[in-house]
Amino acid sequence: MSVLVYTESLKGKFKKNAFEVASYAHKVAQDLGTTVTAVSFNAEDDASLGTYGASKVLKVSDDSLTTFNAKAYAEVLAEAAKAEDAKVIILSSSADSKFLAPILAAKLTAGYVPNVVAAPESTSPFVVKRTAFSNKGFAMTEISSDIKIVGVSNNAFGVVENNVSASVEDFGPSLGDDAFAVKSVEVDRVVGKATIADADIVVSGGRGLKGPENWGMVEELADVLGAATACSKPVSDMGWRPHSEHVGQTGKPVASNLYIAIGISGAIQHLAGINASKVKVVINNDPEAPFFKAADYGIVGDAFEVVPELIEKLKEFKAQNA
Amino acid sequence: MKILVCISNVPDTTSKINFTEGDTQFDTNGVQFVINPNDEFGLTRAMWFKEKQGATVHVVNVGGAQTEPTIRKALAIGADEAIRVNAEPKDGFFVAQQLAEVVKNGEYDLIIAGRESIDYNGGMVPGILATLLDMNFVNTCISLEIDGDTATAVREIDGGKEKISTSLPLVIGGQKGLVEESDLRIPNMRGIMMARKKALNVVEPVDATQPTQDQKFEKPAAKGPVKLVDAGNVGELVELLHNEAKVI
Repeated sequence: MSVLVYTESLKGKFKKNAFEVASYAHKVAQDLGTTVTAVSFNAEDDASLGTYGASKVLKVSDDSLTTFNAKAYAEVLAEAAKAEDAKVIILSSSADSKFLAPILAAKLTAGYVPNVVAAPESTSPFVVKRTAFSNKGFAMTEISSDIKIVGVSNNAFGVVENNVSASVEDFGPSLGDDAFAVKSVEVDRVVGKATIADADIVVSGGRGLKGPENWGMVEELADVLGAATACSKPVSDMGWRPHSEHVGQTGKPVASNLYIAIGISGAIQHLAGINASKVKVVINNDPEAPFFKAADYGIVGDAFEVVPELIEKLKEFKAQNA
Repeated sequence: MKILVCISNVPDTTSKINFTEGDTQFDTNGVQFVINPNDEFGLTRAMWFKEKQGATVHVVNVGGAQTEPTIRKALAIGADEAIRVNAEPKDGFFVAQQLAEVVKNGEYDLIIAGRESIDYNGGMVPGILATLLDMNFVNTCISLEIDGDTATAVREIDGGKEKISTSLPLVIGGQKGLVEESDLRIPNMRGIMMARKKALNVVEPVDATQPTQDQKFEKPAAKGPVKLVDAGNVGELVELLHNEAKVI
């Protein structure tokens, strides 16, 4: 009865969250006195999962699964869970994981808890800590079903090296046409740029930037830091930036290591969406902006002067620490 | 086309969150409840299908009698009928099983729910519901067109979007993008008057499993004061982020 983990990859390369969920699974397996079995889809370097704690990799190689398909992937994972007699299944909090986890939960009549921020409080009973109320609170949640599914929050547990040697086995359950009734027609993904979901650093702009023409410096700052760009709700509502950049309670959640807010006042709905970030920096000309109460570091000043200066200082810092 | 919109009754987005009874319950004292924002985008899209394509729109909520003002608001926005499953929503799996029963009895073609509720953030109800009913399912849906039995949807993915083709019957986990913020409707007096006359059918819950249980809640640790850096000394911020916060 190993701990099963779904490891995500894109074009053959594992995502960072694959290593994080494998690390988390290793911790749970240790607590339960068992080992970790990972399931990978068309990935190249399966044995690398051993570094983070997987003893076995069920390798799925199937051209029909090149593009993520929630139902088909969930069927494969359900078959893998049966083959391994897995009682605990670990996955991430990516859009794909959150899409397939409920399908898997229904198939296995399993309790599913997403947004988990730490290793289980206890494994008998099985209790995990998760965020609730859009990051305004935490809940200790017990999962009492025979099979348990845990969705780990990005950057919450971290990537841990455990250096296990992983055996790789081919795994290829047959899937009916029914598994592909929801078809991907076209994927439009930004390439070569950090995404809000998995970036270590997010740089975000608000109404204080006065107009879309002023986003050049936000993008430049993000470039220097290798960060993803984001924006507040009013900015996406006014069409200055695409919806996909909107972070906050009704937008994308952010759980980065560093979040830099420029010209964002810090409405409670915005803070809810970004609160899971570890370090928050605010740059705003209004010292009364509520964001200053939620931030770790702040500069009261004109963004149009502070941000270019910050870019210069970061470039100098990079040159010195290269 | 017969559409069921699943609505959750949640604290207003500006609510302060507190817990009571030894931190085992959410403190509803002084809290305003609203239609879950992700559900409201779906409800508004359903109104479009009603007006442009002649769809019938029902709304459903799993909750006690205290959720009826929120259900009435959905009727005032324009839903034709409402159903309330008379049970406390114990967890996502429990709620999905209650909704599955409502769908079976109502023969719906399209079920629209929010991608998650902003209170417990489980995000599992639409996916479990679809799987229990063996219906197609698209999550984090930001665009939806229906033509006969064919559905074309766009879903938000990490770092982009994906166009999807599928068919009815279909369950949607919706969010902003299904309609824009500016498309949301504030009920007018006529809508509110008409809502009073519309059917709000209360049904009793079916036996259902509840695999998870929140045992205790806590609030995030209080934050220390912000460390201010002078606007004329931006280099200090770089120092602090490197040496103290260790994030660059």
